[in-house]
Amino acid sequence: MRTDAIVISVAFGYLALLFVIAAWGDRRAEQGRSLIGSPTVYALSIAVYCTAWTFYGSVGRAAQYGPGFLLIYLGPTLAMLMAPFMIRKMVRIAQVQRITSIADFISARYGKSQGLGALVALIALIGITPYIALQLKAITVSHAVLVNYPLAPELSLAEEAFWVDKSFWVALVLAVFIILFGTRHLDASERHEGMVAAIAFESMVKLVAFLAVGVFVVFSLFHGPGDLFTQVAASPELVGALSLEAVPGGASGWVGMLVLAFLAFLTLPRQFQVLVVENVDERHITRASWLFPLYLLAINLFVIPIAMAGLLLPAGNPDPDSFVLTLPLSAGLDGLPLLVFIGGLSAATGMVIVETIALSTMVSNQLVMPLLLRSKRLHLSSQGGLAGWLLGIRRVAIVLILLLGYLYHALIGDSYSLVTIGLVSFAAACQFAPAMLIGLYWRGATGRGAALGLIAGTLVWAWTLLIPGFAQSGWLNDAFLEYGPWGLSWLRPYALFGLEGWDIYSHSLLWSLMANVGLLVGISLFSRQSPVEKTQAALFTEAMHPGLIESSLWHGQTTRGELRTLVTRYLGAGATARVFADVPNAGPDDDWPAPPDLITRAEQALAGALGSASSRVLINSLVRGEALDLESVLSILDTTSETLEMNRRLEQQSRELAQASEELRAANERLRELDRLKDEFVAMVSHELRTPLTSIRAFAEILRDGRDLPEEKRIHFLDVVVLESQRLSRLIEEILDLARLESGRLTLTPQRLDLVALARHSVDAVHRLQEDRGVSLEVDIEVDEAPVIGDPDRLEQVIINLLDNAGKFADDDAPRVRLHLTPHKQHYRLSVEDNGPGIAEEERERVFEKFHQIKRHGAGAGKAKGRPRGSGLGLPISRGIVAHLGGRLWVEEAPKLKGACLVMELPAAPAETAASASPP
Amino acid sequence: MMSPSRLKERLIALIMVAAVLFLPPLVMVVDRPPEVGLSWLPLYIFVTWALVIALAAWLLEQRSGD
Repeated sequence: MRTDAIVISVAFGYLALLFVIAAWGDRRAEQGRSLIGSPTVYALSIAVYCTAWTFYGSVGRAAQYGPGFLLIYLGPTLAMLMAPFMIRKMVRIAQVQRITSIADFISARYGKSQGLGALVALIALIGITPYIALQLKAITVSHAVLVNYPLAPELSLAEEAFWVDKSFWVALVLAVFIILFGTRHLDASERHEGMVAAIAFESMVKLVAFLAVGVFVVFSLFHGPGDLFTQVAASPELVGALSLEAVPGGASGWVGMLVLAFLAFLTLPRQFQVLVVENVDERHITRASWLFPLYLLAINLFVIPIAMAGLLLPAGNPDPDSFVLTLPLSAGLDGLPLLVFIGGLSAATGMVIVETIALSTMVSNQLVMPLLLRSKRLHLSSQGGLAGWLLGIRRVAIVLILLLGYLYHALIGDSYSLVTIGLVSFAAACQFAPAMLIGLYWRGATGRGAALGLIAGTLVWAWTLLIPGFAQSGWLNDAFLEYGPWGLSWLRPYALFGLEGWDIYSHSLLWSLMANVGLLVGISLFSRQSPVEKTQAALFTEAMHPGLIESSLWHGQTTRGELRTLVTRYLGAGATARVFADVPNAGPDDDWPAPPDLITRAEQALAGALGSASSRVLINSLVRGEALDLESVLSILDTTSETLEMNRRLEQQSRELAQASEELRAANERLRELDRLKDEFVAMVSHELRTPLTSIRAFAEILRDGRDLPEEKRIHFLDVVVLESQRLSRLIEEILDLARLESGRLTLTPQRLDLVALARHSVDAVHRLQEDRGVSLEVDIEVDEAPVIGDPDRLEQVIINLLDNAGKFADDDAPRVRLHLTPHKQHYRLSVEDNGPGIAEEERERVFEKFHQIKRHGAGAGKAKGRPRGSGLGLPISRGIVAHLGGRLWVEEAPKLKGACLVMELPAAPAETAASASPP
Repeated sequence: MMSPSRLKERLIALIMVAAVLFLPPLVMVVDRPPEVGLSWLPLYIFVTWALVIALAAWLLEQRSGD
């Protein structure tokens, strides 16, 4: 079953499937129904981080160096947790500036510098090509293992003709794939939807394949993880295999590897491509920042079991990098090894596809285009021809990069183990980290500092990792490894300045980053930024600024016609039409000057295709006069933060002012209301005083004039006079009480008394009166004794007032009043309720206002005439008295009779024994 | 619903905790073999790793409504 023909047809069938998926993804994108618009797909596309190196190499590394391989995934986990601020910022910058690659990003940050972009592209090309070679090697090796098993995969690529090597043909198919799906648009800042869909699919395939082999090893070759680890523990040579000692460099190697993976995850060109350039929606970052670490955890779950199993069961192949394949092969399976092979293939091809697109964009935009723009001949050709040129350059670059990778693999690939090449590439990519990350947060970093830092860091990297690697491949005399060049032992590549005992990667990372960061920061502190650089630095570091205004930088003069010709020459007619569509404030024809917005749009459109540096050069060649209005932009950026802060403070102040004026308005309203009430009260008091006075006077006059009145009439009239005088004096007494309460001169004589007795006494006092009015009075006293401290006369006045009020406001037809006395948490509550209409919620506090009278409306008003109206002073006086005695008086819903209920609460008096026992 | 700045503070705290968990000296503390068998280190890494991811998911998904 495992014949070469089947393996090859499955492999190429799988690649054909990728074409179908990518074509489908592109078709859906054209229809506007994107396949990749979800955070899950975004997270899966980031998983292009897991290459063949993860798929085969992790097990190999675990078998040889213990748990150190996990650091390659813990670093990205930490980096991804920072994604909600760091990657989000980069994505926002990339969208605004139409960034196409990491080289473009760094070049744009340092003033759209052509030189810096070219430098980054070159370093990436040197550093990453071996990594592509590594993927091709993995395909060749895994194919050989699969076909030759149980024989060892005898490989001697250099001797074999290249057309026999399957990875050559795979590389060719991939070149076609990348050209088809990676160079559809001229605008490299646009997303490659089909490609991303295929990559996400590949990420699922490799995860499933790896989990499948893991489950097989743990549960089929062994009886679960317990069995496996018992056996491992029993073999003495494996006991130390998973401790820190097995990690090269020990603790320092551990830290170095974590930093290496952390930085490389952010700076590898393919990671920048999927993380930033291919990001569809900023909001996807949030979910991906935990989903992607979860993916990493899942794909690493079975690495240690597989490695341990491979070491326990010698499967005929001593190469631990192939354990993933040889373990299922040794069990005599056919299907699973094929699945594993496809998983490895998808891991390798996914990486090759994305890396090649990223590198080809860099090569065409940062290396080739600037050269072409310098040659005069090209400027003469016109009308869209350059659009074709640009795509052509990118396609040639794709083929060349893949060929370069293949050559590297064929010529020196044999001498390196998988992991070694991968980490060398990681260390190269890390050199971009200072320029990128420091530039993202420190506005003062200058282009000169970044360039020198990059050069120095890369040279140190080359000396400490790349060249020794060549030497170990036998290309160079490796004597300098041991003794240093020209006998200078402090220059030994693996022990620079005599630093020994570190693993080679941490050692290289330490020295190269030290040189890189040192020069970047040091030179930046002592060099000046050009105006463009200053602006770009501000735009990058302040990218998340909410007040960032997308203002036009261009203030020079050019005509629309000239601009249109330029854009058409590079982007073709279709793209030009889109740039010039619906421009605001555009003149009627092409001889009019182009507005600044339009120039900016043209620059951005060109930047998406050519990179920001070339785009700026082109626009600069066209625009006359003061081309960039940089000072104003800088001042805008500098002032926006101040303005925002000021705005915030102003807003707060105005909020406070509004609140204060609202309070004032309310107070004013209350005062007016009180004033109105007082006027009413004065009128009412005058009226109340006049009524008895009038009748007294009237009856007195009758008595004076009518000397012949019958005796009984005279007595009756005199009674009326006496009654009215009493009413008058009671009213005056109330007004005086109120005045005393107000001024605090009310004299109370508090003493210990029994509220129950007092209540009964009050009920007796009003009983007759209520009966006369037809009010039925219920008394419900729950306690035998209710000792409180109070003034008995005043309290009785309050209770009578409450009862009297309730009688007045009870139902007209069958008036009922209920007095209820109950203990409540160290207090006694005396409530008086009626079955009247009740008091509305919003009126409840107002009945305690002086002069306030509840209006009785409608039909009830007529019938109620039989009962006297209150003066509006009883309740305020009562509340004042109760408050003086430390109690409360309020209105609530009547629990039984559904009318109003007035509740008086007084604190219970302390027990007499306790009072006497307490010391004086 | 958390304010964005509070979310940022919590996330930064989580990153710092994760960094401390994944680095020496804590790593050296757990790197002790039991009586028989292998070092606890890989198990420790996997457990803390899963824990960090779970915390991050909990933290970040609280706000996914907006």
